[in-house]
Amino acid sequence: MKRYDAICAIVQALDGNELLISSNGMISRELITVRDSPQNFYMIGSMGLASSIGLGLAISLPKAQIVVIEGDGNVLMNMGSIATTGHFAPRNLIQIVLDNECHDSTGGQPTVSNTAKLEDVARASGYHMAARVTTEAELGKILRQSLGKGPAFVLVKVEKGSVKGIARVSHSPEEIRSRFQQAVRSLSG
Amino acid sequence: MVSASQFCGMLKSHGFNFCSGVPCTILKDIILCLSSDPDLPYIPATREDEAMGIATGAYLAGKQPVVMMQNSGLGSSINPLASLDILYRIPMLLLISWRGYQGKDAPEHLIMGEAMLKLLEALGIPYQVISEDNPETAISASVKSMRERGIPVAAILKSGIVQ
Repeated sequence: MKRYDAICAIVQALDGNELLISSNGMISRELITVRDSPQNFYMIGSMGLASSIGLGLAISLPKAQIVVIEGDGNVLMNMGSIATTGHFAPRNLIQIVLDNECHDSTGGQPTVSNTAKLEDVARASGYHMAARVTTEAELGKILRQSLGKGPAFVLVKVEKGSVKGIARVSHSPEEIRSRFQQAVRSLSG
Repeated sequence: MVSASQFCGMLKSHGFNFCSGVPCTILKDIILCLSSDPDLPYIPATREDEAMGIATGAYLAGKQPVVMMQNSGLGSSINPLASLDILYRIPMLLLISWRGYQGKDAPEHLIMGEAMLKLLEALGIPYQVISEDNPETAISASVKSMRERGIPVAAILKSGIVQ
């Protein structure tokens, strides 16, 4: 599965009311290309912190469904976040890891996720569900099953490589923040 | 000097209603006080940058967060400050303990104790050093600049002021 196809499958499986946090690099660029929305928080810097932003949102907005989409490089950079999330165990948080075993956005340098079983770490840390999937069908199914039943950790094996000529995130960081806050207010209002 | 419960009351009176962080001995009574306070819940993080991420999520959800840390943790917070909270204009109060103040502390605290204010200045983070006589002054001034600037601001806490 290509990462772009995984992102398409994620967007298709969700019902559209979720708040999405996407990590820096190609993941945010592909998400904005697949479906731009004020409900997407494109984290363009602060590598590693997408899951932490998701946790802060999930704890503060127990009625909203939060979905984090990040890469294996992001998870490895902030492994403590898995322990904190497992401890507070918000039902409304799904953490999706698009695992291509490398830092694709900076030239494909290998990470260590080919040996570290990240979904096992999540399971051992108290996530209610942790799985590894390899097809779009499995990914869609597990996401639909996990809504409201988290914290869920879904590791998706994807191929290296990006869609050629993919656009950058065009909104300014302040725009991303302000329209996301507006989306939060409309969802909670 | 103020009690931890007076200090927490001060934070709440300024609208702070979410806290994350990593402990320091100087902050221990404040954290103890918050651990049983539903109005200002404290979420312990594994690292200071994680705490800043959690606080950012809370802010996006409509909360007004505080992040507490020892100044050693300012080191791990530089990137989230530069590429997340200043960049996206996410206001929060950083309550930072000042270990290594005036070069009197364990050796591991001395370099950061000396560099801390210069690091904050280099990042453009407004800061106030909390005084023993009137801690409220520094908190009010921090909140004012946080609201005006819309970015993280720091209040620096030395040993012996909150007990």
